[in-house]
Amino acid sequence: MQMLGKHLLSAGDLDRAQALMILDTTAELASVTERSVKKLPTLRGRTVVNLFFEDSTRTRLSFELAAKRLSADVITFSAKGSSVSKGESLKDTALTLEAMGADAVIVRHGASGAPYRLATAGWIDGSVINAGDGTHEHPTQALLDAYTLRSHICGGQGDLQGVHVVIVGDVLHSRVARSNVLLLHTLGAEVTLVAPPTLIPVGVESWPCSVSYHLDDALMQADAVMMLRVQAERMAGSYFPSTLEYSRLYGLDAPRLELLKDRAIVMHPGPMNRGLEISADVADSSRAVIVEQVANGVNVRMACLYLLLGGAGSQAGGD
Amino acid sequence: MGAVVLRGGAPYGLDPHDIVIDDGVITAMTPSNQSGSNALPAEGVELELDASGCTVIPGLVDLHTHLREPGREDAETIATGSQAAAMGGFTCVHAMANTSPVADTAGVVEQVWRRGVEAGIVDVRPVGAVTVGLKGEQLAELGAMASSAASVRVFSDDGLCVHDPLLMRRALEYVKTFDGVVAQHAQDPRLTEAAQMNEGALSARLGLAGWPAVAEEAIIARDVLLAEHVGSRLHVCHVSTAGSVEVIRWAKTRGIPVTAEVTPHHLLLTEELVESFDPIYKVNPPLRRAEDVHALREAVVEGTIDIIATDHAPHPREDKDCEWAAAAMGMVGLETALGIAVEVFIESGLLTWRDLADRMSTIPARIGQVADQGMPIAPGSAANITVWDPSPQGPLEVDALVGKSGNSPYLGRQMPGTVRHVLFRGRPSVVDGALA
Amino acid sequence: MVFLSSARVVLDQADISRAVRRISHEIVENSRGSDDLIILGIPTRGVPLARRIAETVAQIEGHPVPCGALDVTLYRDDLRLREVRALEPTDIPAQGIDGCTVVLVDDVLYSGRTIRAALDAVHDLGRPAIVRLAVMIDRGHRELPIRPDFIGKNLPTAKDETVRVRFVEIDGVDDVMIDSESVGDADAG
Ligand SMILES: [Zn+2]
Repeated sequence: MQMLGKHLLSAGDLDRAQALMILDTTAELASVTERSVKKLPTLRGRTVVNLFFEDSTRTRLSFELAAKRLSADVITFSAKGSSVSKGESLKDTALTLEAMGADAVIVRHGASGAPYRLATAGWIDGSVINAGDGTHEHPTQALLDAYTLRSHICGGQGDLQGVHVVIVGDVLHSRVARSNVLLLHTLGAEVTLVAPPTLIPVGVESWPCSVSYHLDDALMQADAVMMLRVQAERMAGSYFPSTLEYSRLYGLDAPRLELLKDRAIVMHPGPMNRGLEISADVADSSRAVIVEQVANGVNVRMACLYLLLGGAGSQAGGD
Repeated sequence: MGAVVLRGGAPYGLDPHDIVIDDGVITAMTPSNQSGSNALPAEGVELELDASGCTVIPGLVDLHTHLREPGREDAETIATGSQAAAMGGFTCVHAMANTSPVADTAGVVEQVWRRGVEAGIVDVRPVGAVTVGLKGEQLAELGAMASSAASVRVFSDDGLCVHDPLLMRRALEYVKTFDGVVAQHAQDPRLTEAAQMNEGALSARLGLAGWPAVAEEAIIARDVLLAEHVGSRLHVCHVSTAGSVEVIRWAKTRGIPVTAEVTPHHLLLTEELVESFDPIYKVNPPLRRAEDVHALREAVVEGTIDIIATDHAPHPREDKDCEWAAAAMGMVGLETALGIAVEVFIESGLLTWRDLADRMSTIPARIGQVADQGMPIAPGSAANITVWDPSPQGPLEVDALVGKSGNSPYLGRQMPGTVRHVLFRGRPSVVDGALA
Repeated sequence: MVFLSSARVVLDQADISRAVRRISHEIVENSRGSDDLIILGIPTRGVPLARRIAETVAQIEGHPVPCGALDVTLYRDDLRLREVRALEPTDIPAQGIDGCTVVLVDDVLYSGRTIRAALDAVHDLGRPAIVRLAVMIDRGHRELPIRPDFIGKNLPTAKDETVRVRFVEIDGVDDVMIDSESVGDADAG
């Protein structure tokens, strides 16, 4: 059988079985990460390219470490310090990578859908992993979030049936929110999006989640609350009147933390705007699992790399 | 040139006729089954064209064509665009003003007009810019363009909207002097900043900035009210939403002199194609929902939308071979417009051939005030004639597109037939599906 | 999975029980004087076999014997020859393996590549004093210089035959079958 498709472009590409496969694989790999020898020979001889058109040190490092722990050869093309910054097109960059024999290309791009172009335009043969595209998706972030939720709320096993997750903030511009809504729904969780109406996309009614404009009401139901980064620049686009008003209505601070259930956790995909969407004391509280999300990120990405590259791929028939 | 005889074609898909063309004019028409027809000139027949099994209609007139010259000759030239037009069954195109330099002076429009005459296979009617440099700040020399050799009658900032209401009002008023018309690209710029596709459930999911229907509908509503207020003609380019249709229907009911066009792609394609993130489907206004397509078809049938216009928008390969946001907007359409129209309206029985000829030839010629175009297939008419061959075609290949650019969304699509012959002012421009 | 008429049973439940007892006794004898015995089964069917051996050894010795599972998938050298495989649980007893006598347990020994991978995996886990190998079936055709220390049954086979070991814990029945048609997803190594 083939466990995943050739590429990982959208969290919506994963069915429940595939998503659980990734989470279970992550759990096995997590035990490797805990021991003193963290390296595995699994992807020896495979070449993984990190293609980052957008600066994102944390995601890039996470993928890099994941690939290295599986002994893949890792090349990083980042927007700074390569021809990418000199205006070389996505296509020409892809053709260069193809010439280098990349087995997988991990792409971060400011344009929604850029990884789809890489995967479908016929420029490259390898697998494409979406490491965040524009305001579209960030599937590995959703996977690491699901893994974190599962280990805290579901004893590290099974799906997320009945878990209530509240996602708060700039949903309109958030690839993290899009991927999470899709994946959490697939895994059986209930999702509530909370934001001012200006930061909720028109058409959200078709998403498998509910929407609220009132944070306090939503918090009381939550097993987990995920705070999205809000850029202060959005104020200039009249998405909200002031950062002060935003944080008063939609920021997570200590008094709001009290509204949460006893065992509810606080998540943030990072980087945080302390004082805007999340107060410093909440970010540092025992409820916050933000650092753990980072650690889980490496394991989830190892799992994705293994499941995409650790077999014959689509060329060989399964038996 | 001597006489041309077009044998056996059916004008408007009715009874087959033999049609005699002499000196650029249809001189005689006789039913094909009357043997030994005495209408044929005894001598001097220079060319006989077989049109049996085909439909004969007036040469098509496109009110909305981007020929890219001057400035982007890598995408299209007046010569190559003329060829694409002829191959698509057109005998007249209106060349949009968003060239470089912009067609906002008598000098530029005369140059475009002259290049069209040199190419000599379709009438190239320049469209003049409404505002200097398409900047939307100051009226261009509308009168000078109107009285130039190009005798411009259609003015448009197409590609951009004349969004300043006062400037729009002035333009509508000013063109009354020479009975011109302002063709508005209806797009509120603020509501569509960085817009990438139709705004709705799909744009929400794909994370592409939305182009809301209201950005088109609000401008059309404003403009029809302005046109009514100042008593001017208004033409609306590439209507794309069901709401726009309602606004235009309302305006027509009120007696406001508004005409409107729709493109073949908005009559056929829907936004779901954007899911592929393939920029071949990136176009402005964007592909909309199935409900919109349905409303647009209905509007064409009832006449609320007057004409079909291609918005032929050639782009070089590199402008589409990239990620969605970086890609240029637009599709080529001259070669495929008639085929798509046949598929949508003729094969479905929604329109007769005569109705379709009105919407693709007669009415656009009237809106553009083009002499000798859009005339009926009848003795005495200027011989601008298109012969449609309804034999099914194989999948459309890029080589079949004679324009410079291959950015057609219909590549690989089965077309319902092909243009077999075209006569431009009595001379063959296309014979047996190839440029004459 | 298809069982053709050519399949024949070579070991039944009683044979398997006897083999487990014999292997366990040999392990006890062989590791006499070593308190730090750890039995590690290689998934899938090495794991129930390891558990049975560990229980039997514990009965003989009179004290519990630590037993775990060691998935070697990530160490295999033939990953690219097949579709990607799901990882099986790895469960190493808490005290670790440093200085211990580790007995690796698998159901069928064939090419030896699985055991090669297992040795690499053990190496990354720590430094055992001794590593031994127990298998239910040795069917020959080794591709690497690997030899079992404890064997349930030597079963000479042709390469196109398939050996299938079934255990109650997984398959609902205890037996070993040999099949001349290759079926299903049997022994890779
Ligand atoms: Zn336009």
